Amino acid sequence: MATLSSTIAEPLPPETIEVHPDVDLVARTRAGDNSAYEQLVKQYERQIFRTANHITQNREDAEDITQDVFFKAFQKLDQFKGDSKFSTWLVRIAVNESLMRLRKRKTSKTVSMDQDLQTEEGSIPRDFAEWRPNPEQIYSQSELGDILRKTIAGLPPGFRTVFTLRDIENLSTEETAAALKLSVPAVKSRLLRARLQLRERLSRYFRQKNEAPK
Amino acid sequence: MNCTDFLAKLTDFFDGNIEPDLMSEVKEHLGQCHHCEVVVDTTRKTIEVYRGNEIYDFPDDLSTRLRAAVMARCEKSSCTPDAKKKLKT
Repeated sequence: MATLSSTIAEPLPPETIEVHPDVDLVARTRAGDNSAYEQLVKQYERQIFRTANHITQNREDAEDITQDVFFKAFQKLDQFKGDSKFSTWLVRIAVNESLMRLRKRKTSKTVSMDQDLQTEEGSIPRDFAEWRPNPEQIYSQSELGDILRKTIAGLPPGFRTVFTLRDIENLSTEETAAALKLSVPAVKSRLLRARLQLRERLSRYFRQKNEAPK
Repeated sequence: MNCTDFLAKLTDFFDGNIEPDLMSEVKEHLGQCHHCEVVVDTTRKTIEVYRGNEIYDFPDDLSTRLRAAVMARCEKSSCTPDAKKKLKT
């Protein structure tokens, strides 16, 4: 027979909420501990540099942007509400800085995000060759790096940016939409075309050798 | 489902955002269409090859230089947001 005491639920242990270590580092920085901020810079400098480099396609710009992003973030730390990851907040600043840098460039490569939509390239797959063996087995690390850099550089900036945030930096579709001030369907559409364009271009290098391009 | 319908669902397919009913149609199409099967496989490899390879060098000396420059600017601006508030009060 069940006793009264056994039917009364045991008090639940206090809910354990996992706090991201960045939250503590941000709090310490706010309190004046600059070594905590240096730790945050160390953690995310590579990611911010990579994001800026992908978007601007210019190493010097990426270096400047990385500096600017961390300095601006430091100055605006009181605006970080903690409703997103600190790294996502930094990436959003990096995207803004990178796009601003692109717009300032007075070259023919400077296009608005909307102009990207005019291209139909890659939106319909044309190459149906399999990639065998895998790219890493065909090329050395440096050759592969050259191919990947060259290929993504040829993508329109708007597509490149969406691909970078979604597929390389692993932001969610919603986070990418918020960072670029685009709608979720617009992000999905650009992502599809970015992926297909890259696939089509990479296929020239990675297609099975005995299959001629169609 | 034809190839055009499938292509329209490709992003959702990779994101795992396809409803179960539609998923069975997608799988059925993939089982019958070698071209779409190749597109899925090579698009997946496209994403993986970019994720798996760091294509921009970030050497230690660049890291050290950037961090030193950032921290120097931060120190120079000196006031953290909290410190600014304290100064105001």
